[in-house]
Amino acid sequence: MAPEEIRSAIVDILGDIAPDEDLSTLEDTVPFRDQLELDSMDFLDIVMELRKRYRVQVPEEEYTALNSMASTVEYLTPKMVDVVAT
Amino acid sequence: MPKDFLKDAADAYDVVVIGSGLGGLTAANILARDGMSVLLLEQHYKLGGMATWFKRPGGHIFDISLHGFPYGMVKSCRRYWTPEIADSIVQLHGVRFDNPMFSLTTTFNRSDFTKLLITDFGVEQGTVEQFFDTVRNMNFYDDQSLTTRELFDQFFPGREDVVRLLMEPITYANGSTLEDPALTYGIVFSNFMSKGVYVFQGGTDKLIKSMEKEMRVNGVDIRINCDVQKINISQGKIASVQVNGRTIRTKAVVSNANLRATIFNLIDKEHFDKQFVDEAEAVRLNNSSTQVYMALHPDDSIPRDTGDLLFCSTADRFQTDLLLSRDITSRTFSFYYPDTRPDGKGRTLIVSSTNANYEDWIGMNKVDYEASKQDLIDSTLDSLEKYVPNCRERITHVEAATPITFEHYTKHINGASFGTKFEGLAVSRALPQQIPGMYHAGSCGIIMSGWLGTINYGVIVANDVINHLSSTTSTSRAITT
Repeated sequence: MAPEEIRSAIVDILGDIAPDEDLSTLEDTVPFRDQLELDSMDFLDIVMELRKRYRVQVPEEEYTALNSMASTVEYLTPKMVDVVAT
Repeated sequence: MPKDFLKDAADAYDVVVIGSGLGGLTAANILARDGMSVLLLEQHYKLGGMATWFKRPGGHIFDISLHGFPYGMVKSCRRYWTPEIADSIVQLHGVRFDNPMFSLTTTFNRSDFTKLLITDFGVEQGTVEQFFDTVRNMNFYDDQSLTTRELFDQFFPGREDVVRLLMEPITYANGSTLEDPALTYGIVFSNFMSKGVYVFQGGTDKLIKSMEKEMRVNGVDIRINCDVQKINISQGKIASVQVNGRTIRTKAVVSNANLRATIFNLIDKEHFDKQFVDEAEAVRLNNSSTQVYMALHPDDSIPRDTGDLLFCSTADRFQTDLLLSRDITSRTFSFYYPDTRPDGKGRTLIVSSTNANYEDWIGMNKVDYEASKQDLIDSTLDSLEKYVPNCRERITHVEAATPITFEHYTKHINGASFGTKFEGLAVSRALPQQIPGMYHAGSCGIIMSGWLGTINYGVIVANDVINHLSSTTSTSRAITT
């Protein structure tokens, strides 16, 4: 998947996890937590959805990479290079 | 011939979950939903662990631990269980305090507490805001050297009344004391403050039955009366569990038993590093509890403004170390009105809870033990009289539970009601590094306690198990039996 496809995959996951949030105004370089009402269980759910949907594993010690959209996409790009977008 | 509680059970599963407290149930459900074969083993004849209930003649159903949880429970139940379970969660409006320092009723959320602290307690608005922001930003990996007492001293020096208001409910929610790390207080307090206190409408029995139904939909093999004797390790990995005379193979075990019981009673010591054993031995158990269960006459009722949760005490000062004492006058009353079970028989029930020391109840002869229980009942009724006048004549059924009762039914070491103290969390998390495939999910470390904490910990651990099993088995997950 290309970075832009990964970004849209994350937006899909966020939409399921935080259905009440407006994701169209999400700023990529600002931490998720400063824009959305996400707690630590929400981040765990993002990780679980990434594994379920794309078989990508994010070890606990690397959860901090999911700080913002920009850092998440940067972190996932090499891990998801072989994943085919659906 | 005794009944075979493992009749038709397979010889092997992907995961065996030991114990069906809310953490064990949730882990089992998530794992099965992810496609694993899961065997859930419960030693008692009922699922739920401390999330339990009992019935008495006259249509009375008593809840043991349905006192109130934070709003986060709605989200967790919706995601990890079913929308129906989440939709049965309702807010409690009457959280009441009555002690020599103050008497008030609150919705127990940030806006109401801010108002109370400023108008009734005369605290500066800026201090109140700063305090709430400080505790809200606490994380479980933060510095642990600051104690809750020191945190309060920073913001409210000399204000024992404020400390009492802020601390007393949390002490009952998870056994934490002023001497524990401040973050264990701050995280739980903030969870409640975000939106108030909630309960499950329909009672614990309805919740556990709904969870059982959902687990069956997802294919969990559920077995009661199955007390696991041992977890077998082979070549450093999880091999099998021994239960009811059978050896059942498995790739992973999630123990929802007490952390110390898991490490010291179920697994041979030789499988752990010495340092890990030392750390596990240093983990302190949390305290136990006493409860008194009271049923009002079926035709009788009490006014709603009596409150849902009442923290009452006649002690002049609030001291958490004294809360465990036998002579303590502090107790929490949970009032269950007929709408607790809208489909039920319209009963009004009252459950009184105190924190307690196991040591104060063990080793008594039968006569002394019964006398002690009667004394607990009498002092509870004395205290209730102020809130429910003539309660002795109006109550048709009363009985007491002690740390010995909790030990008997849950098999928790020393009847511990809130698992282990904070240091238990690191030991619980380190278990799979000692033995690949071995996990613990259960009340430990205060923040992973309570209904919401233990459900969320079950999710966290289920996620670890899925990661572990999907990295060790690349092809099929099914074990051929």
